[in-house]
Amino acid sequence: MALPPPDPQFVLRGTSAAVHTLHFSCGGQEPDVPILFSGSENGFIHVWNLKTHRVDTALDGHGRKSVYCVETMGDKTRLLSQGRDQRICLWDLAEGRTAVTDSVFTENVGFCRCSLLTVAQGRWLMAMAAKALEEVQVLELPSKTSVCTLKPEAGAKLGMPMCLKLWQLSSGSQPLLLAGYEDGSVVLWNLSMGKPLSQLACHQEPVMSLDFDSEKTKGISGSSEKVLSIWSLNEQQNLQVYKTHNLVNAGISDITIRPDKKIVATAGWDHRIRIFGWKKLKPLAVLDYHTATVHCVSFSNHKNPRERLLAAGSKDHRISIWSIYTQT
Amino acid sequence: MAAPELERALREAAAGPERAGEAAAVALGAVRAALAAAGGAAALSERERALFGAFLRSLARAPRAARPEGVWQRCFLEGLPAPALCVLLEALGCPRPSLHPKEVAEVLEQFLQEGRMSALLWEVCQQPAQAGSPELQEALLNRIVCLPDYVSNKLEGKNPPVFFPQNYFPLLGGAIIQVLQKISDSLRGGLDCSISFVSHVLGKVCIHGRQKEILGILLPRLMDLTKSDCIWQRICWRLVECVPDRWMEAVVLGFVQRAPGADVLSRVLGNLVVKNKKAQFVVTQKVLLLQYGHTTAVLQNLLGYLALDSLRRALLIKVLQELLETWSSSSAVKHSPPEQQQYISKAILICLSHLKKTEIESCRQELLTSMMEGVKCHLDSSLPQIRRLGMIVAESISAKINTDGPVLKFQYEEDDEVRELKSLLVQALPFCAVPSLPDEKNDKADAALPLVSESNDKSHTAAPVMPDEELDTELDSDDDLIPYDMSEDKEVKIKAPVYIRDCIEALTGSEDMDKWEATIKALESLVRKNPEATREVSVELAKILLHLEEKTCIEGFVELRQRAQVAVLTTDPIPVAKYLTSQFYSLNYSLRQRMDILDVLVLAAQELSYPKSHGKTKHSGGPKPCIQLLPGSDSSKDWRRIVDERIKSKTRRFATGQSQMELASGANEFNSVAGHFFFPLIQHFDRPLTTFDLLGEDHFVLGRLVHTLAVLMYLAVNTVAVAAMGKALLEFVWALRFHTDLYVRQGLLSCISSLLISVPAERLLEDMTEELLETQSWLGDVVEKDPDGDCRRLALQNLLFMENLKKKLQTAPS
Repeated sequence: MALPPPDPQFVLRGTSAAVHTLHFSCGGQEPDVPILFSGSENGFIHVWNLKTHRVDTALDGHGRKSVYCVETMGDKTRLLSQGRDQRICLWDLAEGRTAVTDSVFTENVGFCRCSLLTVAQGRWLMAMAAKALEEVQVLELPSKTSVCTLKPEAGAKLGMPMCLKLWQLSSGSQPLLLAGYEDGSVVLWNLSMGKPLSQLACHQEPVMSLDFDSEKTKGISGSSEKVLSIWSLNEQQNLQVYKTHNLVNAGISDITIRPDKKIVATAGWDHRIRIFGWKKLKPLAVLDYHTATVHCVSFSNHKNPRERLLAAGSKDHRISIWSIYTQT
Repeated sequence: MAAPELERALREAAAGPERAGEAAAVALGAVRAALAAAGGAAALSERERALFGAFLRSLARAPRAARPEGVWQRCFLEGLPAPALCVLLEALGCPRPSLHPKEVAEVLEQFLQEGRMSALLWEVCQQPAQAGSPELQEALLNRIVCLPDYVSNKLEGKNPPVFFPQNYFPLLGGAIIQVLQKISDSLRGGLDCSISFVSHVLGKVCIHGRQKEILGILLPRLMDLTKSDCIWQRICWRLVECVPDRWMEAVVLGFVQRAPGADVLSRVLGNLVVKNKKAQFVVTQKVLLLQYGHTTAVLQNLLGYLALDSLRRALLIKVLQELLETWSSSSAVKHSPPEQQQYISKAILICLSHLKKTEIESCRQELLTSMMEGVKCHLDSSLPQIRRLGMIVAESISAKINTDGPVLKFQYEEDDEVRELKSLLVQALPFCAVPSLPDEKNDKADAALPLVSESNDKSHTAAPVMPDEELDTELDSDDDLIPYDMSEDKEVKIKAPVYIRDCIEALTGSEDMDKWEATIKALESLVRKNPEATREVSVELAKILLHLEEKTCIEGFVELRQRAQVAVLTTDPIPVAKYLTSQFYSLNYSLRQRMDILDVLVLAAQELSYPKSHGKTKHSGGPKPCIQLLPGSDSSKDWRRIVDERIKSKTRRFATGQSQMELASGANEFNSVAGHFFFPLIQHFDRPLTTFDLLGEDHFVLGRLVHTLAVLMYLAVNTVAVAAMGKALLEFVWALRFHTDLYVRQGLLSCISSLLISVPAERLLEDMTEELLETQSWLGDVVEKDPDGDCRRLALQNLLFMENLKKKLQTAPS
């Protein structure tokens, strides 16, 4: 008899709004406290102290408009956040400051999260949905210079970009972008040429989320359907469907592969978090705690694998923290 | 010249009956000789003709002995055909005939079979002046056309088949073709001859309703002959033009109905419509605007014919304008039967298909004006069919006049009828369209193939590539990860509320759409399960449901809401019915809501009035055991079972007959509440509110109301209130009987039907004799005068029903 699924290790309450995005910062040495950033619908970014399980700071920088993406840039003192006020803010949190140092006006009305990639020490590339409906723009941070604009061919009818993932094969090599679109297809873009390399129709419905494993060159995407699609990139840089996995309930709002590439977590519209083994997509666990749609899942970046956590944020205003498959 | 001899021989033969045998033989010889010499019957002089006629008459009067067998028949068959036919028919009509009718019939039969009829026609055509005065021609015409009638009247049952109309008229058609052939030959030879007698024959045959028989022979031949020969075309045109006006309609209609295509019609009729006023009237007015029984093919023929020639195209535009005028007239839309409106719509669409761009430009403004007018009054109609017709025609017109602007677009269901109408807009290809050769098709297919494969190359198909075990060198699988128990992972069902009061909260206050959806889905069963709890809040719930609007897009929302409403109403009929009926006449509701109220009342009444001793399922057929083995929740059923069992245990049965089917029975729950459903609805219909005027423009709702009342009346059968309801309903119907809207009138007639069904006959006659008599006379009027076929039928049924009731009462012992 299989074990019953675990309960959350603890639950963070007090955002007083639906949680849309989560980001851990736990890589620091002692005495640094592991931190979880959460962005919620009321426009606040909460900084959670994972020792005390209390909010350290609440950052208010998006004019009370929903925050749907939070990322750290390097260490936990530099933060990037994206909100429905159409702005991406860069924060300086060092020494207790809570200041927005810079911001980018995206002019995009969608809710496509931006994607950040470190290309060198203190230099990042950021991909974001641009003002024109179908376009994706890539900027260099912190200089905010535009690297390229990725525009689908006329008549491609991809629709809006829904989710983005910047990646590179190994550090120093050419960065590439994977983008999921409204028509259900995933496109691989070459940034230097600004041209699509490959396109794959993964879903019938808009791609809600995707994640990519650059080691195995294999990715996973979810949509509002009952299907997860796993696809791979071959040497000719063509995307191919590798496998599809049928879900019990329709709707996936977020997918994350754990940094050690062992497991994948999905956030479901059915209020459940699902855990799969990444190699074969073997279903491992269904975590049923939330009482409303789960919006986001995130894995921590603890140095010690045994301390690694999984966090899920939901429409029910709660953030559940789980410790699962830490022994491997 | 043989004339004097002929004259003498004829005179002798006619004069001396005693020597008639020989004289006849001589005369016959002389006639033969004379005809051979003169080269045709037409060459004989007037005098000789008269003499020949006299000779034949004397032959017909002569006793059998004076008529040598074989010879006298030949006299009729080889002599002049016109007098022969006249004399034969006279002989047939004679009260004391010396010739036996059978003999006459035999000769006549031979006359027809030997092609004398064409000879007769040809004779008249050659020398119209000599063939006698107009009266004589008229008489001849009469005899030719009415020959089957004459003969069959005389011979009664023993009529030879050749005189049956279905045989005779094709024969006559063949004769006409032969004559036309001769005419064409003689025209080519430079001789003149008149075709008018043939035209008269054709016209008269057609007006006698024998178009099918005669044109069935004529038209195919004429089609062939006129294909490439212009003389034949001229002959044909002349043939139709010479038809007298009084017969023109029958002839033109005959051709239009039978022509296989507009091009044939154009070849055969020529520019008849331009030359002949009567034909023009028939084609442009009568067939299109006054009649509506013709098939679509006829319309296509007719309008295609008008479109085929530049002279006639002017008429086409005129026709279109007149059609549109009718189409856009609100009075026509209101008062003409739907079939006619469909006919006119079809004609308009066909006209549009024929018009060229420049022609449309020239009358664009008029088209636009009538389209706007027409679409308005069509959309106003309460019949969905009429509304849809309006939409289709308006769409088509707008597509024609706005080639590059935005066009009108309506939403309606596509069905066969719509497709048929739309197909009219595309001109049928001419007959000669050769089906493309198979080679060509293959070429096309080949050309198409590479395109497909190209597109395949471009975007990768989403077909899953099977994970290749060789490539997939993942030796360590996921096996080291032990899955947790996932048996709880089931499809999510939103937890629906379990208490009625929770439902009210979820439906009014909740912002949670999932919960709202779950509630609306669960509400009906919840109401049915908890009647007591429902009664506490029934009116409130009814109010919420009435105002409930679709917040999210859930499938079958309207039905779900309606079922919930019905459940509430059946659970607590009196207060809820009171609430709903009062809301029907109050301010600030949309027409949709008012109609919802009516629907809910009907459905609930239906549910209440059906016996439901066996739950919801109505079983039928099949003998069932008398005892219900299933324990019924109802106490009354328990009681029944116990009694049955007791009887069974104490009864010894020697033989079991066929077990009888137990009829579903139960108290009629509608009995006590019928009045609450009915009377409030019937009370206020004539009091207009600012937003709701039943007798004015909201006649569609009135129609629904009337139908609802009819259903309620029907369902109220066997209830106590039925007589009072009937009386009120009769008064209501009387007040509205002249309503202009078809849908309302149909409803009124159904009201009468259900009244006659529901109210016991004794009560009908005792309580409402006066009203019934009035209604009867009104029904009589409707049967005669109503423009709508359905109304007439319903009224007739009602009248029959009344008659039956009367008879039943008379036969029943009082």
